[in-house]
Amino acid sequence: MSLFARTPLDARYRRTEKLVRILCGFMTVLLILPVAIILATLIWRGGPALSIEFFFTAPTDEMKSGGIFPALVGTLWLVSVALLASVPLGVAAALYLSEYAPDNWLSRLINLAIINLAGVPSIVHALFGFGAFVLFFGFGTSILAASLTLAVMTLPVVIVSARESLQAVPRAFREACWNMGATRWQTIRRVVLPNSISGILTGVILEVSRTVGETAPIMFTGAALFLPFLPQSVFDQTMAMSLHLFNVTTQVSGVPEQVSYGVALTLIGIVLVLNSASIALRMRIRGRKKW
Amino acid sequence: MTGDGDPRDPASSAVDRLELSWWVDQGMRVLVFLGGVSAIVLIIAIFVFTASQGLGFALERLDWGQFLGSPKWRPTSSSPSYGALALIAGTASVTGLAMLVAIPFSLGAAIYIGEFATGRRREILKVAVELLAAVPSVVWGFIGLRIMNPLICELFNVPVGLNVLNAGLILGLMAAPIMTTIAEDALKAVPDTYREAAEALGATRCQVVFRVVLPSAKNGLVAAVLLGVGRGFGETMAVLMASGHSINLPTSPFDSVRALTATIATELGETVRGSDHYQALFTLGILLFVVTFCINLAADVIVRGIRRKP
Repeated sequence: MSLFARTPLDARYRRTEKLVRILCGFMTVLLILPVAIILATLIWRGGPALSIEFFFTAPTDEMKSGGIFPALVGTLWLVSVALLASVPLGVAAALYLSEYAPDNWLSRLINLAIINLAGVPSIVHALFGFGAFVLFFGFGTSILAASLTLAVMTLPVVIVSARESLQAVPRAFREACWNMGATRWQTIRRVVLPNSISGILTGVILEVSRTVGETAPIMFTGAALFLPFLPQSVFDQTMAMSLHLFNVTTQVSGVPEQVSYGVALTLIGIVLVLNSASIALRMRIRGRKKW
Repeated sequence: MTGDGDPRDPASSAVDRLELSWWVDQGMRVLVFLGGVSAIVLIIAIFVFTASQGLGFALERLDWGQFLGSPKWRPTSSSPSYGALALIAGTASVTGLAMLVAIPFSLGAAIYIGEFATGRRREILKVAVELLAAVPSVVWGFIGLRIMNPLICELFNVPVGLNVLNAGLILGLMAAPIMTTIAEDALKAVPDTYREAAEALGATRCQVVFRVVLPSAKNGLVAAVLLGVGRGFGETMAVLMASGHSINLPTSPFDSVRALTATIATELGETVRGSDHYQALFTLGILLFVVTFCINLAADVIVRGIRRKP
């Protein structure tokens, strides 16, 4: 008898192993498959609604026809202003945590605050934005108030990804720079940031995608059901893609199904393209990294 | 600094430059520190601003017994009553069903991606899960309303497909990718030496996973589940659109319910600023904030528990 003959026990182990592997794989597939089906349905039903005209005209006939141009422009406004606020703040916070903070109670408290900031329900962010930016700071319901609310909400995304890419820069790079007599800031400015900028960019793209999709925080702070004109300044109200989808689906009656599917498809398309771009960029960085 | 040296004197201008870079360094240190504490400032500000709008009412005029014990949420009737029990039950039932769906699937997927899948397949699955997590909640709500609703009506022969089942499934699909990602991170945090030691003893892959990896990743997995619960609890748009939005104490998965978050989202726009109704909605906001804060805190403490161990 060979030393490596398969015993009955061994065979049983192999069977269990196979079973568990198949079961877990099956669960993974079941997690992904419904969404693939849903996406296919969206494309199938919403695809015919998409056209150049759909993207570049305003809704007409009480939103029953026409396009989504004002919502697209509004979302662009919201995202741009939100980024202006959150990227500097988020990168500063990440720099503090990665480059300056000693491992003490304060940095632990900051980490806890970041986790909670990410975990607070979006509707509570909306209440905060309404109480703080609309009422207290007196911005009124405006792009500024809505964007700042979105900025607060998506701040953890920037901080966490920026911190990760900062920490990926080897410590030896910094030490070499310090030994040349450079100050901490010179080291950050000339060595750490250039080596991590593309990683930070992936986080910013992720943040844009989050900002595009958020609905609850802008409902009371600056987004409107319908506006016949495009916003002219940050103190105007605006339409937005995410809220527009909510409105054509639930608030306005008689909107043809094709239109609402078209809006949903556009929104999910923007989000998925942004996320794919972020993932692709991340993979390129990983492949190119020399250390 | 030694007086105003001649700018053409190289030694003096070098000193100036050094001094300037020292000041820049100090300035940036302060700025970056301010950025660092901004997260703490913001989380306190969120609590303060939400509480300042609602706390006066919550402490003085709100009948807490009624708030937590009565299902009658009638803020606009002539004798308004603010019973949040049905709203709490709505949120709890939807979140509970969502977790029933999401926990087994996300753990299974995490185990498959983290322990069984290799190479290209693993990368593809990870990207797919990451993309799933990115689908905005309003799109999920749309899916619940337009796709799941008729499907449930037809499959179970019920008149309305917007109910606990619909919202729970949608929420489960939403929470699962995030839980999968966190759970997979927890599995990855288990040192490879543990696996190698078990394999050297002759354990099969399966035994390694269930006897070694899962027990040592236990805390991280619990944290993943907690964060999923927190996410389900606070989800607004998807639940609003898929749950049917009618005040009910649910007795079956086919009952329509209304969630805490959805109530704020639909009613805040119609209230008079400063009125009891307005403040009651902010009180709901405080409740949501406190509960999610506790969940996140618990998750963090549990994760810290594993980090303490060598």
